Amino acid sequence: MKFTLSWLKDHLETDASLDEIVERLTLIGLEVEEITNPADRLGTFKIARVLEAEQHPNADRLRVLKVDTGEGEPLQVVCGAPNARKGLIGVFAKPGDYIPGLDVTLSVGKIRDVESHGMMASERELELSDEHDGVIDLPEDAPVGTPFVAYAGLDDPVIEIGLTPNRSDCASVFGIARDLAASGLGTLKTPQKTQINAHSNANDLKILLDLGDSPEHCPAFGYRVVRGIKNGPSPKWMQKRLVAIGLRPINALVDITNYMTFDQGRPLHVFDADKVSGDLTVRHGKAGEELVGLDGKTYAVDENVVVIADDNGLESLGGIMGGESTGCDENTTNVVIESALWDPLNIARTGRKLGVSTDARYRFERGVDPAYMVEGLEVATKLVMDLCGGGEASDAHVVGEVPQEERIIDFPLSEVKRLSGLEVSHGEIKAILSLLGFWVAGNGDVVKVSPPSWRPDVHGKADLVEEVMRIVGIDKVPTATLPRMEPISQKVLTVSQIRRSNARRALATRGMDEAVLWSFIPKAHAEHFGGGNPLLSLANPISADMSDMRPSLLPGLLSAAQRNADRGYADVALFEVGQVFENDSEKGQKMVIAGIRRGTAKPTGSGRHWSGNAENIDVFDAKADAGAVLQSIGAQVNNLMVFTDAPSYYHPGRSGALKMGPKNTLAYFGEIHPKTLEALDIEGPLVAFEVFIDAVPQPKKKATKSKGALNAADLMPVKRDFAFLVDSSIPVEKLLKAAKGADKALITNVNLFDIYEGQGVPEGHRSLAIDVTLQPTKKTLTDEDIEAVSNKIVASVQKATGGTLRG
Amino acid sequence: MSDLETLEAEINTAIAGADSEAALEDVRVAALGKKGSVSEKMKTLGKMSPEERKEMGPALNGLKNRVGEAITARKELLKEEALNARLASETVDVSQPLRTTPAEEGRIHPISQVTDELIAIFADMGFSVAEGPDIETDELNFTALNFPEGHPAREMHDTFFFNEKEEGERMLLRTHTSPVQIRAMKSQEPPLRLIMPGRTYRCDSDQTHTPMFHQLEGLVIDKTTHIGHLKGTLEEFLKAFFEVDDVELRFRPSFFPFTEPSMEVDVKCDRSGSEVKIGTGNDWMEILGCGMVHSNVLRNCGLDPDVYQGFAWGIGIDRLAMLKYGMNDLRAFFDADVRWLKHYGFRPLDMPALVSGLSK
Repeated sequence: MKFTLSWLKDHLETDASLDEIVERLTLIGLEVEEITNPADRLGTFKIARVLEAEQHPNADRLRVLKVDTGEGEPLQVVCGAPNARKGLIGVFAKPGDYIPGLDVTLSVGKIRDVESHGMMASERELELSDEHDGVIDLPEDAPVGTPFVAYAGLDDPVIEIGLTPNRSDCASVFGIARDLAASGLGTLKTPQKTQINAHSNANDLKILLDLGDSPEHCPAFGYRVVRGIKNGPSPKWMQKRLVAIGLRPINALVDITNYMTFDQGRPLHVFDADKVSGDLTVRHGKAGEELVGLDGKTYAVDENVVVIADDNGLESLGGIMGGESTGCDENTTNVVIESALWDPLNIARTGRKLGVSTDARYRFERGVDPAYMVEGLEVATKLVMDLCGGGEASDAHVVGEVPQEERIIDFPLSEVKRLSGLEVSHGEIKAILSLLGFWVAGNGDVVKVSPPSWRPDVHGKADLVEEVMRIVGIDKVPTATLPRMEPISQKVLTVSQIRRSNARRALATRGMDEAVLWSFIPKAHAEHFGGGNPLLSLANPISADMSDMRPSLLPGLLSAAQRNADRGYADVALFEVGQVFENDSEKGQKMVIAGIRRGTAKPTGSGRHWSGNAENIDVFDAKADAGAVLQSIGAQVNNLMVFTDAPSYYHPGRSGALKMGPKNTLAYFGEIHPKTLEALDIEGPLVAFEVFIDAVPQPKKKATKSKGALNAADLMPVKRDFAFLVDSSIPVEKLLKAAKGADKALITNVNLFDIYEGQGVPEGHRSLAIDVTLQPTKKTLTDEDIEAVSNKIVASVQKATGGTLRG
Repeated sequence: MSDLETLEAEINTAIAGADSEAALEDVRVAALGKKGSVSEKMKTLGKMSPEERKEMGPALNGLKNRVGEAITARKELLKEEALNARLASETVDVSQPLRTTPAEEGRIHPISQVTDELIAIFADMGFSVAEGPDIETDELNFTALNFPEGHPAREMHDTFFFNEKEEGERMLLRTHTSPVQIRAMKSQEPPLRLIMPGRTYRCDSDQTHTPMFHQLEGLVIDKTTHIGHLKGTLEEFLKAFFEVDDVELRFRPSFFPFTEPSMEVDVKCDRSGSEVKIGTGNDWMEILGCGMVHSNVLRNCGLDPDVYQGFAWGIGIDRLAMLKYGMNDLRAFFDADVRWLKHYGFRPLDMPALVSGLSK
């Protein structure tokens, strides 16, 4: 909402300075977003007189002027304007001046070999209007040599406030003045009731309301016919204000409706009565009907849109925009002025549906003062008659009924203290509400309050507290400290939150960088990773690349790795802790920790180094990352089983799943499948892991935090080496488990230290070498003891894997 | 010079000339071995007269001892020299650079770090952390929060919708974390002190708006909390977060459907340079929205607004990160450019805590 300072002062009697007004506006909830003053950019332009105007020697359309700028010798100026003539008083821009409408800074130039020391400006060049048929032509008495802004009254700051949707009462200059006056910054100039000399017989046009079972879509329609007027440009003062707030003056009738919209917050429409055929009916649209609006665009309506129609069809989108065919132009002599009430919800719905934003829609969907409907019609009629050469007005007619809503709030005055903490006396509370136009009755601790017709936003006690508080000033609310709930801060994080935090830091200590990536990804990526559920496709994605909720964190991470590679950073290790989506329910959203490594981004470092070059990452790096995460979030990593059924986006032979039992998958890891690389249009080598933190069982509550006594044996541990020949299809894990299980009391560790295939080992077999740690607890082991355990190990391994001791 | 003196001089020369332990052993054997020159002399003692022996005995023994000591001394020296030579040969160039340790390489994303900072602050004030799903119902994102059907305030949210289901329900991506407030008020008994960090979504994109961003909302519900407490809480929070001694706040009346009274809060700052400085200067910058929880919202959650009251606020986590740590483009937060992550990210072991200062 924009207005100028002088416009505000039409309605507000005040001595306050601009700064004071601006500060107060912000403090009462009308946040000032911008203040601009045309004088700031037009300050250099001066009024000047053309002393001579000769034909340019080398150009038919140019003239060479001698211009008296009020100081020094007259200047020579080349000018192309048709109205440039001897004696013209206009606006002069000298070399060095910035011309806003042209976006240039003037310099002394030569035009067709004649020097020009400045220019005479048009209104468009000063951004005052679109007028560019000639240069500005001022009256004879305009004082030559003085600043143009002062003469033209352009030194008038334009204030723009950001209006919150509840404050429809301030979508007008008058409303803003009313609020400022209530805050004590001045006195509201209350307008006189308007009197129109009407001729009851001048009306021969009927308005009919035909809204079936939803009459609330247009509860009341006020109108009047005015005949015999003359439409031309509106007066300068009105044009100047409209231009100042960014509106284009069109003609007096249109400008009056715009002016009323901004001055009084009362949107109106004016039909050219001669273009209306038959009566006007307010009704719902019909499928297939169309209207060409005043903006030249065609709108297709339906049964929910309220239209105004005549015998020729649609003539207006009620409360939003008039139609082109009954619009007013310079030939208009007879008009119908409309001042109606429209249903806010239906206006909002219609505006959204048709994609049309107008100043009328803006106001009607927020709520227009119903009590001003008739008075608005009167004021508009007066303006039409005053500015369009008189005419003859019919009586004002109202079809339907202006709703008389009675909102009475029982208001305990103690509410102000209870909700705001502010101490305000009962008298002061009542005075503030009264100043704001509220009706207040009663003398006790609980009073009856009724909001004024222009405040549709006020419904309850808290609304009244806000009114009092914003006028008293929120800065007057004393600051208080929340009392502590517990003497010492408590644990406030859930298991999942703690796990995410731990995992994050565990991965970062492994050299990985945490990324935060979009929750939505391209549909093709989602589908490749098992997603593509239509429930998870956005109806209105911001772009095709952000269309589907991600089923996995990997597409985002893999694409990010490629982006980095494309920038010259090929060896990256990234992870993300975030949500993935299986369906649109709360349970369908899962927390996942996933990471990728690319190129040589090993946990120990990447790239070449004198101590040894890093090799390409492999599946075991991903397995280690997954293990580190699981460890950090409290999973018993050593007890997990390794399966080889990772999803299809992993390399089938170089990937795995870590599970607790066959059904509970805690993690996947592996090399990325070449087809996945192709589908995402990226290059490897890339390995990845995903950990499903919610799948890890919740930690058990323990009775005590004690770690128990350390049970360290005094006896030396003994190590023995074994090498087994095993079929290559047997997973190593099986052998290690068998060895470890051979004697649970003695064997504390089994370590695989070599895997060998090749000469000396039969085809299809591997040699697996392990060392086994035996930890005696009671007595030193004898050779016989060791022999016995060794035999048990060999037997156990043989039984489990078919492997034999290598000779 | 006597014979013995000559012999001793010869042996000493030989000792000094021995440049290895082996050569020295040869000298020892030649002097003190069974047939060594000194040993041979010792053997002559037996044939001497007692007078001669009395004179020559001590002389020979003295010689034997001196030679023995000289050899031992020489041996020590040679050993020392050999060790020195070995050590010299083992010298490496310790200026050779190491690989960076992984814990120095990895980085925590600023959003995570700032969230941890916020949690540290609010945990101290007794707030717990609550979370909820990103995909929400219209009911929880709007209706329960007192956004009337068709109200223009809904439009201000630029909501992402999913396709309408058969039964007519249309899910959406939450436009704020406020649905978590509803979930909390419906499931927990007051008093409540909660912060709700999380991802939020709006159909909007430019330098300071991204279609996904992070919000932290706060909620206090009890029987006594009023706007004075709201002011105090936000003031203390901003002071702690920006790690400054003082902040000046300006509360402006504003509008949110779910609070009444509603306010926007500006913080005094210095915007003259390329970065915003909080806690100094003469500019105002809008930083958050807040208010007293609307009576309709309380009622929607089964709480009597004449008994229970409290405040709520919402602030952008990404924006807080930008203000504190000087990033200027929000879009870069979600691009995973490692140059950006290394520059703006945080070391894994720098866990924010009030006791050690939130940030280094």
